[in-house]
Amino acid sequence: MGDHSGYRTGAERVEVLERILGENERVARANRAAFDAAGVTVVNLMSAPGAGKTTLLAETLRRLAPHRRIGVIEGDIETSLDADRLAGFGASIALVNTGNGFGGECHLDAPMIASALPRLPLAELDLVIIENVGNLVCPAEFAVGEDRRAMVFAVTEGEEKPLKYPVMFRSADLVLVNKTDLLPHLDFDTEAFRRNLDAVHPGVDVLAISARTGMGVNAWCDWLADPLGAPGAAPTR
Amino acid sequence: MHELSICRSVADIVARHAAGRRVTRVHLRVGALRQVVPATLVYCWELAHDGEPGTAVLAGSVLVVEAVPAGVRCRRCGAHSELAVPILRCAGCGTTDVVLVSGEEFLVTSFEVATDAVEA
Repeated sequence: MGDHSGYRTGAERVEVLERILGENERVARANRAAFDAAGVTVVNLMSAPGAGKTTLLAETLRRLAPHRRIGVIEGDIETSLDADRLAGFGASIALVNTGNGFGGECHLDAPMIASALPRLPLAELDLVIIENVGNLVCPAEFAVGEDRRAMVFAVTEGEEKPLKYPVMFRSADLVLVNKTDLLPHLDFDTEAFRRNLDAVHPGVDVLAISARTGMGVNAWCDWLADPLGAPGAAPTR
Repeated sequence: MHELSICRSVADIVARHAAGRRVTRVHLRVGALRQVVPATLVYCWELAHDGEPGTAVLAGSVLVVEAVPAGVRCRRCGAHSELAVPILRCAGCGTTDVVLVSGEEFLVTSFEVATDAVEA
């Protein structure tokens, strides 16, 4: 791509072929290296707003924090409300506010996670859970250096959601189906949901839970005890 | 939703390769399985580099998005299918035993520079 035609008018085309998210991927690999060096397993927890991530996380910490050293990176657009709810369980919490003037980012990216790492005692931790920003679109596109991705889907969202947000459902290694205590009050078609999920992500692990009643939460904690031993999805990128 | 931060990544990549030359057009290749809206990318493009440090060479440039359809190859019958919906299934024999062969592209492919601005 030399500039031998310096005085000619017109346009010159420069080939690039560079991955748009290459810089994010580079920082994600660096995060991963830092986690690996500290012997920490990292799970990226994603969902729509209101699916129950924070409630589930509180129940998770209540069960696991007495036995395992857990860190939480909490992504939130403007507030510390979620981080406040998770205080007092004995876990280390690092808040990442993604607000940047006009509304804030809709996802956590690898540089944001990198900026949170100095606020976590990584060498003293076994497990880090990243609570992503509530959003079914953007977080799926951004690797942050996690070992595994889990997503929380609430039955109140409707059985067609895997077809509407296939990238998110395809990127998850585990789909937690939450709020199952509400099923008697809903028209949610569990079979149709499983068919839709299977259409976009055949064979993905699924766990029915209720963060509110505690149903299935122990099984989720068991998965967290060894997420790498669980059968994972093929990496999508 | 995340198109603005994607545009910022594109702006950084192109400004780095442009090395001071004035850029007129930027070409992206975006697969259908990326949840990115091409029209929103185009709309965000000026916002992403206007006033940002190091990206003055992009002023007035235009973003051109090449959309790549999602495609699968069947492991059973070997057929290639282009997907109209994000369901990974062979249009030939109906199996879901397929390999994704296109649709996840997310690249800056090239850009054009105004050569009349270049001093040899």
